[in-house]
Amino acid sequence: MSETSTSALSVRGLNKSFGALVVAQDINIDLAPGARVGLIGPNGAGKTTFVNLLTGFLKPDSGTILLEGAPIQDMKPEMRVRRGLARTHQINTLLREDIVRDNVAIAIAERENYAWRMMRYTPQWRRCSEEAHALLRDMGIADVGDRQVRELPYGQQRLLEIAIALSLKPRVLLLDEPAAGVPAEEAHRIHDVLARLPSDIAILIIEHDMEVIFRFAKEIIVLLQGRVLTRGAPAKIAVDPEVRAVYLGRTVV
Amino acid sequence: MMAAPSTDTAATTASPASRVLSLIGHALPWLIAIGFYFVAGGSLSIGTQIMIWILFAMSLDLVLGYAGIVTLGHAAFFGVGAYAAGLFSIHFMSDPILGHIFAVVVSGVLGVISGALILHTTGVTFLMLTLATVSIIYEYGNQARWLTGGDDGLQGMKVGPIFGTFEFNIFGQTAYVYALVVLFIWFLISWRLVKSPFGRSLDGIRQNPRRMRAIGTPVWWRLLAIYGIAAAMAGSAGALLAHSTRFVGLSSLSLLTSGIVTVMLILGGTRKLYGAFIGAAIYYLVQDSTAKFSPYFWEFIVGGMLIATVLFLEGGLMDLGRIGRRFLARFQRSDAP
Repeated sequence: MSETSTSALSVRGLNKSFGALVVAQDINIDLAPGARVGLIGPNGAGKTTFVNLLTGFLKPDSGTILLEGAPIQDMKPEMRVRRGLARTHQINTLLREDIVRDNVAIAIAERENYAWRMMRYTPQWRRCSEEAHALLRDMGIADVGDRQVRELPYGQQRLLEIAIALSLKPRVLLLDEPAAGVPAEEAHRIHDVLARLPSDIAILIIEHDMEVIFRFAKEIIVLLQGRVLTRGAPAKIAVDPEVRAVYLGRTVV
Repeated sequence: MMAAPSTDTAATTASPASRVLSLIGHALPWLIAIGFYFVAGGSLSIGTQIMIWILFAMSLDLVLGYAGIVTLGHAAFFGVGAYAAGLFSIHFMSDPILGHIFAVVVSGVLGVISGALILHTTGVTFLMLTLATVSIIYEYGNQARWLTGGDDGLQGMKVGPIFGTFEFNIFGQTAYVYALVVLFIWFLISWRLVKSPFGRSLDGIRQNPRRMRAIGTPVWWRLLAIYGIAAAMAGSAGALLAHSTRFVGLSSLSLLTSGIVTVMLILGGTRKLYGAFIGAAIYYLVQDSTAKFSPYFWEFIVGGMLIATVLFLEGGLMDLGRIGRRFLARFQRSDAP
């Protein structure tokens, strides 16, 4: 936490309230390049609010957000994405009428600044399609590249969410419940993909499945009522009495 | 090197027979338009009118169909284009090409300005603001008699020969070819545009603006761009109307005109470009042929067709072609040994 300048993402004193309801209170978080940090907390702890503050869909009342040292808290969501902050959504947010490969190719076109091209674009678009195809192959869903998204099984739609975020070549990736709603027999494909994510991307993962989070994260942050309750290595969090109390005596691991 | 995926699977996996069929499909509207020139005789001006409405409906397809911008103000750009072309011919020069370019620029600029003022809103709010835009411009056209002639319409247009050679004659042959060429140019631009990364991003915004923001799309700027382009295109249709009839009526600016062009587009089918061709042509022909029996009868027919299309053909009359092709494919398969 000492060297802010080298952090991929650095959040300082983030506050947000809706009237009397405090949803974020003095949150400080640092993600080093390649970090794997898990964010947990009971329902209503402010996890999704925190993601919305990071991505720019909510404006913080105070505090700074530094992406690779540059302040981004006043930027629009799309500008933060262009600076290297990508996310996946808890609920699939895809172009359902388009084919799978185009969903990724459109994101690549945006990244490469081809997306304003109106008349001369054939070689550029082909490159986008080829890169999208290669990425889908890495994710193990290249065989459904030509299918419409709405025809896809739910688990593969979750993989596509991750593929789109990865195609943006982010420095920081926010995974909002990547395995939510995926049937058990398909979940291992998500887990495999998570394990193989590029090691230079800093990742913050929100997940209710404790098995996933304890396997994936090197550090865990526990959020409660908009503030950081505690943080530390998974082994420490698992035995933390306060955390156990929050989860109402449920065994965390 | 990996195997390059096809960018257009339909084209590469299609059999030669269906490729020929699709080529014929693309050539058909233009062959009909060229053929009509030789057989129409005295009713050539009907063809010109239809092409003007096709162009207008096609410009609406770009905003309403592809970008999902639900507007009732599109006639503002059509009418302003018509008045701009008319006023240019009266006060500056009678050259139709320069007048046309002037009209396209004026309506395009108006599209960008009005779009910049209202495109931050969505849904019903946006719809109301487009309604307000077209109403304000209509009322201005009505009040400013010194400029527009008010409800008498703009009279005294002088339209010179195209390229200084082709006079607009009484049989409307020059007007017809002029409209056909302009329509074809805009069609090529639109065809290229909707398949471009820009066009795909618009289609993405229509489907899911949140997704597009999450990949870094400047949604507002994209919508503003297509709003301006479509406005310029509608203005081009307006200029064709002014030049071919040498008259601009206040009705070109009316809300009803917005409604009619929307009905044409929905009838033919959105997001296919050719939907505008079918919709405008059918609408015009039904109007022309049934209005002889009773002035209200054609509205009954068009209304009935619209209801039937919306209920049974999700993609408009263009869906009939798709259904026919599928039927043909099944017929061929069962025919095969």
